[in-house]
Amino acid sequence: MNAAGSAVQVQGLHKQFLDKESGRTIVALRDINLAIPAGTISAFVGPDGAGKTTLLRLLAGLLRVETGSIEVLGVDAKRDPQQIQDRISYMPQRFGLYEDLSVQENLDLYADLHGVGAQARVERYARLMEMTGLAKFTERPAGKLSGGMKQKLGLACTLVRSPELLLLDEPTVGVDPLSRVELWEIVEQLRHDEHLTVIISTAYLDEAERCAQVYVMHEGEVLAHGTPQALSDHARGRCFMARSPSKQPSRLLQSRLLDADDMVIDAVPQGGDVRFILNEQTQSDALCLRKILDGARVEEVSPRLEDGFMVLMRAKLHHDKGETDASLAAVSLSKSVTGADACGGAARDEVMIEVRDLVRKFGDFIAVNSTSFAVRRGEIFGLLGPNGAGKTTTFRMLCGLLPATSGFLQVAGVNLRTARANARRRIGYVSQKFSLYGNLSVKENLEFFGGAYGLRGQRLRQRIATVTEQFELHGLERTPSGHLPGGFKQRLAMAVGLLHEPDILFLDEPTSGTDPLARREFWRRITALANAGVTVIITTHFLDEAEYCDRIVIQDAGELKALGTPREVWVQAGHSATSPLNMEKAFIDIVNQARQSAQRNDKEVASA
Amino acid sequence: MPEASVAAPQLDPHRHSVRAFARRLFALTRKEVRQLLRDKSNLSIGLLLPVILMLIFGYGLSLDVKNAPIAVVMDDSSPTAMEAVVGLQLSPFLSPIMLTSMREAEAKMLAREVDGIVRVPSNYSSELAAGHGSIQVIVHGAEASRASIILNYVTATLAQQGVRSLDRVGGIGKGGLGYIDVESRLWFNESNTSTWYLVPGLIVLIITLVGAFLTALVMAREWERGTFEALFVSPVKPVEILLAKIIPYFCVGIIGLAMCLVTARFLFGVPIMGSLLILLFASVLYLLVALGIGLLISSVTKNQFMASQVSLLVSLLPVLMLSGFMFDLRNVPLPISIIGHLFPATHFMSLIKTLMLAGNVWPQIIVQCSILIAYAVFFISAARFVTRKRLD
Repeated sequence: MNAAGSAVQVQGLHKQFLDKESGRTIVALRDINLAIPAGTISAFVGPDGAGKTTLLRLLAGLLRVETGSIEVLGVDAKRDPQQIQDRISYMPQRFGLYEDLSVQENLDLYADLHGVGAQARVERYARLMEMTGLAKFTERPAGKLSGGMKQKLGLACTLVRSPELLLLDEPTVGVDPLSRVELWEIVEQLRHDEHLTVIISTAYLDEAERCAQVYVMHEGEVLAHGTPQALSDHARGRCFMARSPSKQPSRLLQSRLLDADDMVIDAVPQGGDVRFILNEQTQSDALCLRKILDGARVEEVSPRLEDGFMVLMRAKLHHDKGETDASLAAVSLSKSVTGADACGGAARDEVMIEVRDLVRKFGDFIAVNSTSFAVRRGEIFGLLGPNGAGKTTTFRMLCGLLPATSGFLQVAGVNLRTARANARRRIGYVSQKFSLYGNLSVKENLEFFGGAYGLRGQRLRQRIATVTEQFELHGLERTPSGHLPGGFKQRLAMAVGLLHEPDILFLDEPTSGTDPLARREFWRRITALANAGVTVIITTHFLDEAEYCDRIVIQDAGELKALGTPREVWVQAGHSATSPLNMEKAFIDIVNQARQSAQRNDKEVASA
Repeated sequence: MPEASVAAPQLDPHRHSVRAFARRLFALTRKEVRQLLRDKSNLSIGLLLPVILMLIFGYGLSLDVKNAPIAVVMDDSSPTAMEAVVGLQLSPFLSPIMLTSMREAEAKMLAREVDGIVRVPSNYSSELAAGHGSIQVIVHGAEASRASIILNYVTATLAQQGVRSLDRVGGIGKGGLGYIDVESRLWFNESNTSTWYLVPGLIVLIITLVGAFLTALVMAREWERGTFEALFVSPVKPVEILLAKIIPYFCVGIIGLAMCLVTARFLFGVPIMGSLLILLFASVLYLLVALGIGLLISSVTKNQFMASQVSLLVSLLPVLMLSGFMFDLRNVPLPISIIGHLFPATHFMSLIKTLMLAGNVWPQIIVQCSILIAYAVFFISAARFVTRKRLD
């Protein structure tokens, strides 16, 4: 260990890959310099493709070091990766578990490989079981655990002995909020008890806020690094909260603010209000800003890491050839938003989806139990819940992909139990994996799916032209969809889902694993669609996104636990109607209350 | 970071590293065995398929002619004529049906109810007395090899009868002219059953299946599921990963081999003329070659679908088509023969056939075993070479 007490030292690191299909060289990392102090938790944050995973793999000695130097625990990663691998632990994004081995067998395998003695093992296992709550499931095959449980087992496998450095690659992606909280408790406790150095990559900025050191990455470069406080300070004096006076959803004010992108860097709904960041030139009392705010009460707030991150990202995007697709999209969207305001009034009250006493059983297992709700036209309706809560099952029944065991289910005025094909014509569906044909071009995908929906000739060409325009896909028509970057894939998937002008759009975890920038852009589109009268049903893991929804349901263990606007759900969780909203807290409270009152164990959750 | 824990790995004495190696190998092997036992489809390919193949090839697929139906048309019903064809009834290969009219026989031939017609003309006894009796034999020629086998059986049976009747007249007449007595014998497959010929080939097929096809999936599966990424960041060495993959599948291969040998010997009565020990030794060598091929394919493709396609193409199909399993390589054009000899299966095929049906032919044993050893070393070291604890 060197004198500086750094666990990791990286200097002038470059990394590039050869893309075999296109034969092009892709630069993954550019001039990276790191000095990570021992005994701290550091975070790599950044959008998809920023190089976070590549950097972690390089630190773990899993990739060849070509240019630059990496020293981990005082060992040169180029010369002796094996010695590094003997001493560190690494949890890859997919947890790296053997799904056909039981929990105990997975643990034993890693304990054997690391040479943990029988005596040490007894103590260590007891501690890991206590921390992870896996004690009840030791005989269960890892493949049959829920996402949160898998994540904890993955972590336990990396901690069968005390490593000197722990690398975690996006450990909380696709994991529900309860499990996220527990994972962080474990990591922080270890750092405290064993003086462990931890490096974590994450798309959640609230998680990065708990770290001592944050590296903001973008397209293979480190844009900035420092304490969360120092990074937040990039937005100091420019963060404000605006409370909409009228009863209208805060997302309307939010989209007005975002449209003024010559003044506003970012705006998000938060706690029923709108949080926004101004750029350097704009004063908070500027005349044109006041016009947008339309009498909303504004107060300055202290910046969070996310605000600093957004400031850095926007600055970077402006720096690279001025505008990028993200801000371009904002411009075109603003048109569609204003153009669509005509849809309103009576049509808004039309009930698009009605569900009464919906039940779905798989054998003896009740996946969804007597669930009832109704969704009106133009609403954004969110389904939230931990893994295995039954939201995917509910979702699939609504789309007509899965028949209900019993209950009443009407979608777009059609009873799904009797006329599924008719209902399907009126809904669009975007699955989590997008369901595109990777080797067909953008245009071919659109033509194929258009044909599948029964569009042809003039009408098909017209619709393709419209969605290409709407989702900013021109110039990419000939690109195979498999080569599109993630954000574009999602846009194409949505374009496909909207080709036949459905009344209802279903989106299954569309933002899972995407970065804050892509999520902002996504929600702008969704907001615009809803304003145009499309009903949107969405499932999500990100609870802050619940605030974009008009109404939400929270499900747990197949039961509907809460239903209403975010504010109403906050009250149902036992908080006062005027206190600032925190959806994550509301969610955790509601799920915990329900679990305690039902005296139910975790069994059903884990088995789904 | 405490100084002691940093220094600890370097202080690890050498003798401990052997123990650590054994401990890791044991842990990994146990993991592979568990995965193998839980994956019912792989296990049944390894253990059930050999038995099914043995039974199909042993009973279902036979190139032999047995009890071939033959129409016998007796235009001459004298005792002499009856005597001429009585031998047909005694042959285990033929089952004659006695008919009285040629038309009836032709009808049966067209319907493929009979494979051939033996016609004894009405003047047979008188012509025979004159010294030149003739019998007409017609064989259905649609399957050329079967037709020639039947023709051989029929003429041989009829000729024997002719010899016997000559003996009876005490060598007078024809005997003076002298006749050639052809006594045919088949060596190395005395009973002339194709089972004897197919079963050794089947053993090659089964070892290939277990060795190359099953192992081709195991490395690829870990790459696909991302489990290697976690496993690599541990003290594990690549050679331990490979050995742990070889050991369980080696055992499955040996079990398959044993089942093949037992069924071959006791169910089909295939002899093992050569030394059983040498046979086992050669089989183990070939099993190692097959495992090496499978691991190499798996490590290179890193994708289960690709791996299974490639292993089908470079290991199983050559065994079926190019190794001399079904078609004798001496009868194929030279380029095909050369290609055939590039595959290790071809060498093992000829060796195992010799060992089972002929005996210990030492020059061949030494040459073929050396070739197999070379292949085994080559493929396993190549698999070791391409298995790096790296993702790029």
